[in-house]
Amino acid sequence: MDYIPNILFAFVLIAGLGYFAFNVRKLIRNINLGKAKEVNDNKPARWKNVIMIALGQSKMVKRPVSGFFHVIVYVGFVIINIEVLEIIIDGLFGTHRIFSSLGSVYGVLIGSFEVLAALVFIAVVVFWIRRNVIKIKRFMSAEMKGWPKSDGNIILYFEMVLMALFLIMNATDLTFQQTESGNVISQYIAPFFSNFSESALHIVERSAWWLHIVGILIFLNYLYFSKHLHILLAFPNTYYGNINPKGQFENDAAVTKEVMLMMDPDADPFAAPAEDAQDETPAKFGASDVQDLSWVNLLNAYTCTECGRCTSECPANITGKKLSPRKIMMDTRDRLEEVGKNIDANKGVFVDDGKQLLNDYITPEELWACTSCNACTEACPVSIDPLNIIMEMRRYLVMEESAAPMELNNMMTNVENNGAPWPYNQMDRLNWKDE
Amino acid sequence: MSEQLKVPTMAEYMAEGKHPEVLFWVGCAGSFDDRAKKITKAFVRILNKANVEFAVLGTEESCTGDPAKRSGNEFLFQMQAVTNIEVMNAYEIKKIVTACPHCFNTIKNEYPGLGGNYEVVHHTQFLKGLLDDGRLTIEGGQFKGKRITFHDPCYLGRANNVYEAPRELIRKLDAELVEMKSCKSRGLCCGAGGAQMFKDAEKGDKEINIERTEQALETKPEIIAAGCPFCNTMMTDGVKGKDKEGDVEVMDIAELIANAQDL
Repeated sequence: MDYIPNILFAFVLIAGLGYFAFNVRKLIRNINLGKAKEVNDNKPARWKNVIMIALGQSKMVKRPVSGFFHVIVYVGFVIINIEVLEIIIDGLFGTHRIFSSLGSVYGVLIGSFEVLAALVFIAVVVFWIRRNVIKIKRFMSAEMKGWPKSDGNIILYFEMVLMALFLIMNATDLTFQQTESGNVISQYIAPFFSNFSESALHIVERSAWWLHIVGILIFLNYLYFSKHLHILLAFPNTYYGNINPKGQFENDAAVTKEVMLMMDPDADPFAAPAEDAQDETPAKFGASDVQDLSWVNLLNAYTCTECGRCTSECPANITGKKLSPRKIMMDTRDRLEEVGKNIDANKGVFVDDGKQLLNDYITPEELWACTSCNACTEACPVSIDPLNIIMEMRRYLVMEESAAPMELNNMMTNVENNGAPWPYNQMDRLNWKDE
Repeated sequence: MSEQLKVPTMAEYMAEGKHPEVLFWVGCAGSFDDRAKKITKAFVRILNKANVEFAVLGTEESCTGDPAKRSGNEFLFQMQAVTNIEVMNAYEIKKIVTACPHCFNTIKNEYPGLGGNYEVVHHTQFLKGLLDDGRLTIEGGQFKGKRITFHDPCYLGRANNVYEAPRELIRKLDAELVEMKSCKSRGLCCGAGGAQMFKDAEKGDKEINIERTEQALETKPEIIAAGCPFCNTMMTDGVKGKDKEGDVEVMDIAELIANAQDL
């Protein structure tokens, strides 16, 4: 009967990892609903971005207060997770603190985990205060009502509880406390349990141990349903992020083909297509739904952790317009998940639900408010590009629906007819010289 | 005005069988907008003074297509781009300078993919080059000690990481360069980019150019320096909107240099 906890542990572990793997597959499938886009140029620059921006948090610390506390939580979480390895080995094999045989090294390790756990706890409390007491403006925007607000807080509660359980587990571990090595923080928590009997202490220690690992597994599985996916996706997202000058917008290759054909004096407009020619003309120009966006756009949407730095730098948003780059990303993800659920419910095929990203989620009013200034892409700590989605949707509005604002249509007519956005004659272009 | 500007065209150079060292891409604003034309002329005066062999396309120049592309009309953009590229490649253009960051960005970044490969510089970079090479010297003159703040054009700064060239030129004037709270990579847009210049703003509680002008005025400047004809318009309107046109001038970097030289 001694093996029951081990078997139970193995079961919980497999269930936890299994369900997570199941959802990760769904996540990857959803991202691949986006259009193919080859992103494998300049690998050194891409790896540099992963190292600097994701691992090195270089963009996070541009805002020193949140950046500082975020680095604590980030470093804490990465390092404390080394302890999970010991927990898994202990759980599977019925050992107790298997690494304690390392002696003083173990003390140093656990000691630093404890310090980090305490720091993470404090940082998370600070984050909670910023969201709920100070009510920093970017957490109070319209798109942050309801689930996004709860989601943000739930993540913080998870982290507080997990850190507390780790410290309590150490504080109530009699043998660990007696070694007097590594209990830098937990020695101050142990006195709270001083009137507990040895067996009661053992129960508390075991409970904390179990709740800690089960909590970690629940948290892991919570990621897929929350904005917190960034802890994993920040790495691929910075790798696949834009490495060209920010002002360089892609030239649509399908359009280039048609333009070159028009400009080619030898082209025969009535020529029959070659036998083996594939019809490469895309079904539509630009994007009106998530499937029209690239897979990188969709990866961006899953990576967004709704911090709102983009929105707080957006000139349109600052001056009260409806556009919020963060909402563009949240809408894209919401619609993508809706499409994903539709596919799940219909045996793997998407059945038209009469909805799309444009209008049902993102309105033209938001899209037309963008100045394409790149403040959002500059502000994003994980290389998300809301501007690219905005531009793709503008392309759809103009090239498929001819639905530009009237003044822009006038401007484009001018460009087309006289080569300038205003109604001046091209032959007058050099008049300034003699004025 | 009977000032004599030397503005040769590419066609004239071609007729003489010569190549200029640089093509000055004037842009639509620089050609037609009354305020921007002054910037164009100021820049030409400097080029003349420094004996730069430059040429313009004149009536052969056409909109780069930037506002069409940013509006979503990729087709119109590429038609414009390919037409311009055909003209410039026929003239075997190697180097281009422009006083418009939108033209700069489009020709530099979006034309190569369509067959137009040139070295493209913003006029502030070009002027800095003239100074570095000793072809142009400037002294502060009338701007010595003046408080000047520089508004970063999005398509020069964030879009292409050019922050220092305009600032160095201001420092060369012996002026006191003061920075706004949002500057360089965090510079706030003037509100004209992404084709907003050509339409009314969406409903909101403020105009973007007013917000940006307020940031500029917080630095208590005597001059707001700009490096883009559209930013110039937006900031000039903003200064008027704040009833400060008597106290604060909005000037392009090229105008500052030209005025300092009494050109």
